[in-house]
Amino acid sequence: MDTFVQQLINGLNIGAIYALIALGYTMVYGILRLINFAHGDVYMVGAFAGYFIALSLGLAAPSFLGLGIVLVGSMIVAAIVGMIIERFAYRPVRKYSRMTTLIMAIGVSLLIENLFVARIGAAPRAFPDFLGSQSQPPIHLFGNAAISKAQIVIFLVSVALMLLLQWIVFKTKVGTAMRAVSFNLNSAKLMGINTDAIISLTFAIGSSLAAAGGVLTAQYNPNIDPLMGILTGLKAFVAAVLGGIGNIPGAVLGGLLIGAAETFVVGYGSNIGIASTYRDAVAFAILILVLLVRPSGLLGSTVQEKV
Amino acid sequence: MKRTLIALLLLTTLFISLACERRAGGTSGGTSGPIVVGYYGDLSGRTSSFGQSTKNGVEMAADEINKAGGINGRQIQIITEDDQGEPNKAATVVTKLINQDKVQALLGEVASSNSLAAAPKAQEAKVPMISPSSTNPAVTQVGDYIFRVCFIDPFQGEVMAKFSANNLKAKRAAILYDFNSDYSRGLYQFFKRSFTSLGGQIVSEQSYTQGDRDFSGQLTAIRSANPEVIYVPGYYGEVGVISNQTKQLGIKAPLLGGDGWDAPQLWQLGGASLNGNYISNHYSVDDPSPAIQKFVADYKGRYGILPDALAALGYDSMKVLGDAVKRAGTTESAKLRDAIGQTKNFPGVTGLITIDQNRNAVKPAVVLKLQNGKFVYETTIAPEGAAGTSASSSAAPGSAAAPPPPTKASSPAQ
Repeated sequence: MDTFVQQLINGLNIGAIYALIALGYTMVYGILRLINFAHGDVYMVGAFAGYFIALSLGLAAPSFLGLGIVLVGSMIVAAIVGMIIERFAYRPVRKYSRMTTLIMAIGVSLLIENLFVARIGAAPRAFPDFLGSQSQPPIHLFGNAAISKAQIVIFLVSVALMLLLQWIVFKTKVGTAMRAVSFNLNSAKLMGINTDAIISLTFAIGSSLAAAGGVLTAQYNPNIDPLMGILTGLKAFVAAVLGGIGNIPGAVLGGLLIGAAETFVVGYGSNIGIASTYRDAVAFAILILVLLVRPSGLLGSTVQEKV
Repeated sequence: MKRTLIALLLLTTLFISLACERRAGGTSGGTSGPIVVGYYGDLSGRTSSFGQSTKNGVEMAADEINKAGGINGRQIQIITEDDQGEPNKAATVVTKLINQDKVQALLGEVASSNSLAAAPKAQEAKVPMISPSSTNPAVTQVGDYIFRVCFIDPFQGEVMAKFSANNLKAKRAAILYDFNSDYSRGLYQFFKRSFTSLGGQIVSEQSYTQGDRDFSGQLTAIRSANPEVIYVPGYYGEVGVISNQTKQLGIKAPLLGGDGWDAPQLWQLGGASLNGNYISNHYSVDDPSPAIQKFVADYKGRYGILPDALAALGYDSMKVLGDAVKRAGTTESAKLRDAIGQTKNFPGVTGLITIDQNRNAVKPAVVLKLQNGKFVYETTIAPEGAAGTSASSSAAPGSAAAPPPPTKASSPAQ
């Protein structure tokens, strides 16, 4: 029982990170019908922004304040990066076919990865340990089950960010504008909404959530490198599809499910003859299954979108 | 018509220049001219600490030889290539070193998977290759031109199995290994075989792949099997994180590893969570023998950091090659190959090096304890048949193959 609870904690912990990244995929898709394949790399940029902010400010000692500064700083940097990508890569080709934008997204993704490899090398770097998780024992729950400080912080911060996003989208004026743009871009424009600004803002919000995911995950796993966004980004994309792409609560649900699924494969797969190395295969098997059985995802609307 | 003519002209020039280069390369072999040695390693990839340390060691040894007048009056010239830690790139750069740079001998790689990809190219071209630190047995089985100056995985796995069973008195071990690494899989199998033959039990076997970031699933499964030691024969990038997450799950059993842990970055990733873990390695910087201390001091003076085992093995591989060229009197490939194979009791910083009939070095291993950013000497374990075969003997003096280990730091408090 304690092992099961532990695996659930582990799984939801990874899942929370997937959810934060999946939100960015889903928001951009909701507004532009674009799969932003560079989003996983924005997650990586966020982690590195946090790393370099900590380095330049000399923050390394365990402290919540240090983590807070690094977290907010990296979210701002990633928001700017997201807006730059939108302004200079996607906006110029928005008027062409969706395929053009998709290919552009793949190009931007590869460009960011290779720029980072060329500039700072592919060797993993160690993110500062702000929560003292290297030396402190975890908090005991029952039996063998335990939860570490890093895991608690990851849960709390990601839930807080998700609630904040929900509030922005449903309770504020910009949120209303975002929903209007998502519903119909041209009508929104006719209603006097500055659609370019709203799209830019959507990229900023999605990117900052991914950066938060990057910094938070580095508290649990301090190993960061320029290619860290590829697989994590793809799995977050699967999470968004599983939840119903374009649907915000769906992205959160999808993230948590994918995280839990891959952890259970690792934890229990060996009992039924599935090696733990199948963890990545499982996420993509889920993608294929969802597309075959329920293409609109768990929470996605079954109504065909009008384009 | 004109265009065809120009194209033809260009092609001809190309052929002539290629032919010239070929001839120029050909004359440098034999007994005169510089000794051109190719070094290939990971200088920018995920295991770049390995490649950089080895490169430092190789260059320092080459400079020492050159300053002392070279070998038979010939200077050593090192040509370095970065393979980014990827097997297919290792094969490519080695092909380039052989065909374009006309190297007379090759040094590299550290990771066994990369050496295995490059070795067939060296064998095919009959260019002797010495791997400083690839420990997977298959590497030298590629052919009679492939050598190494380190011990091999069956021995390294056995060392840790003996250490767990005899020194730590462990009966239950769990294993977490890297599924895609020849090195890690080899160590996993040899540890398992040796530990079970010593009466121990493997209670859980889990795997991961290089680049994984979350190990909590595997570690939770291991925790529920309640092992006394956990063998993690991986590379430092993942191991640092594994150690960290082990701590966060409240697991108290020590982690045991191999020489793949030995990198300064390990401490940045794992920090205090690494305290109390053990690794097997090729040498210890604490060893008081004057030859080792001189090497450590020279290296520190030159690079500003302490030499890890890979730097020491890089240094030894260059010195063994230099010694073989000297004895052969030529860099002609078959003669050089024979001379490397006849290396006997060569005094390297990682111990006396003798190349056996399988082109592997026979030498003892040390076990080091991880403590506050340092690898502290714990014990020496000699190969079967060499010194005392009993693993628990923390001192194996007097043997030809084992230099007396330092007696300090024999852990007063565990």
